[in-house]
Amino acid sequence: MASATSGPRWLLAELTYKCPLQCPYCSNPTDYTRYQSELTTEEWIQTMRQARDLGAVQLGFSGGEPLVRKDLEQLVAAAHEMGYYTNLITSGIGMDAQRVADLKEAGLDHIQISFQASEEVLNDRFAGTKAFQHKKEMAREVKAQGYPMVLNFVLYRENIDRIEDIMDLALELDADQVELANTQYYGWALHNREGLLPDREQLAAAQASAEKYQEKYQDRCRFLYVIPDYYETRPKACMSGWGNIFLNIAPDGSALPCQGARQMTHIDFPNVRNRSVKEIWFESNAFNVYRGDEWMRDPCKTCEHRHEDFGGCRCQAYQLTGDARNADPVCSLSPDHELVTQAVEKAQKEEMSRSVKVAFRNPKNAKQLLLNDSG
Amino acid sequence: MTESTALKMTNGFRLQWEPAQDAHVLLYPEGMVKLNPAAAEILSLVDGDRNIEEITEALQAKFPDADLSGDVKEFVSIATANGWLS
Ligand code: SF4
Ligand code: SF4
Repeated sequence: MASATSGPRWLLAELTYKCPLQCPYCSNPTDYTRYQSELTTEEWIQTMRQARDLGAVQLGFSGGEPLVRKDLEQLVAAAHEMGYYTNLITSGIGMDAQRVADLKEAGLDHIQISFQASEEVLNDRFAGTKAFQHKKEMAREVKAQGYPMVLNFVLYRENIDRIEDIMDLALELDADQVELANTQYYGWALHNREGLLPDREQLAAAQASAEKYQEKYQDRCRFLYVIPDYYETRPKACMSGWGNIFLNIAPDGSALPCQGARQMTHIDFPNVRNRSVKEIWFESNAFNVYRGDEWMRDPCKTCEHRHEDFGGCRCQAYQLTGDARNADPVCSLSPDHELVTQAVEKAQKEEMSRSVKVAFRNPKNAKQLLLNDSG
Repeated sequence: MTESTALKMTNGFRLQWEPAQDAHVLLYPEGMVKLNPAAAEILSLVDGDRNIEEITEALQAKFPDADLSGDVKEFVSIATANGWLS
């Protein structure tokens, strides 16, 4: 097993799994209701301190919906004091002008607001609640209070054809940067994949639109378009490698090398409640097991790309092939690549369009899925 | 942007010394770049008041033996294209 030579650079603090929204593309685990316990304010501050001492400098507050935590302002203030660059990744629900101001006062550097669509009907249907108008108001507020404004739109089968409306909305809100990110298939999104994965034609059109806007509005706004890895032949360099720069702390204090890792039941993930971040990062089996390249098998083991993409995403390899040491099946060199191409081919079928029912992320569905799994 | 325009770091960008990386880094929404010492020297002189010429002068005062005029211009144009300066 390899060990790390330097500490984490990125800390993602998933403050809570609670969320007033119910996005079917949510990457939280489908069994999130099993993890009710949340770190206290003091425990979060101590964790942030320990990670900062190891060199972590980018800090994301995420969830669930981080605004659900009443101590968010306090955590931001502590993080700012430690010298972190602080990012809040939010749906905008639970925010008001006063909170935007209080967070600014606490030293928050950046707020990213996510939208589900370009207009109210689809947005609120996918959010599972009334949200669109409030998000727009909050985006304006964030801008007015002097934050850099980054909007995030997750793209899926039903909204991707309206990508130009999405970009127009972003321009109307005077965003500085817009992430147009195709769904990544983890957690709820994986469960709902059939209803979310767009077809080839949709993707080609979306990409062309994104390029058009990038060109036309390059002085006004940065449009970042992320294609879905299912349509690629080489995997993403997930997390820049397992245990390399990224540390994710789940609401209950579990330390994960990647947001999707929790599903790996063969790994005993350490918890910041009983081990120091330093010990977790450098010594735990969980962080060392897929570090470097010693764990690799063929085709990755001898592949010339293994230090560029690190064999892709371990969570994707695990959830699709059952073994995290396999190549990410997105890779065309993977013997399991057809697991991805089959899903892609299915997405091309006429009858797939619009009719597939997606499961919303909520406690009721979480319970149902747990029952299905165990039955 | 003309040569006489005062240079300013883009809103949300922050220059910071990171002992763990033994380098200055430029931090921005959900991202960072590690800077080489020359880039860090130039960026640390960007204060919203100085223009390219004044930055070059200030740098020249610090490093009297180096010929810097081309370097500053080149860096500023790259930094502007990257969206670090506005
Ligand atoms: S993706 Fe949607 S449901 Fe999941 S945490 Fe974000 S806002 Fe909540
Ligand atoms: S075989 Fe492995 S290392 Fe090579 S390109 Fe595919 S995923 Fe990357």
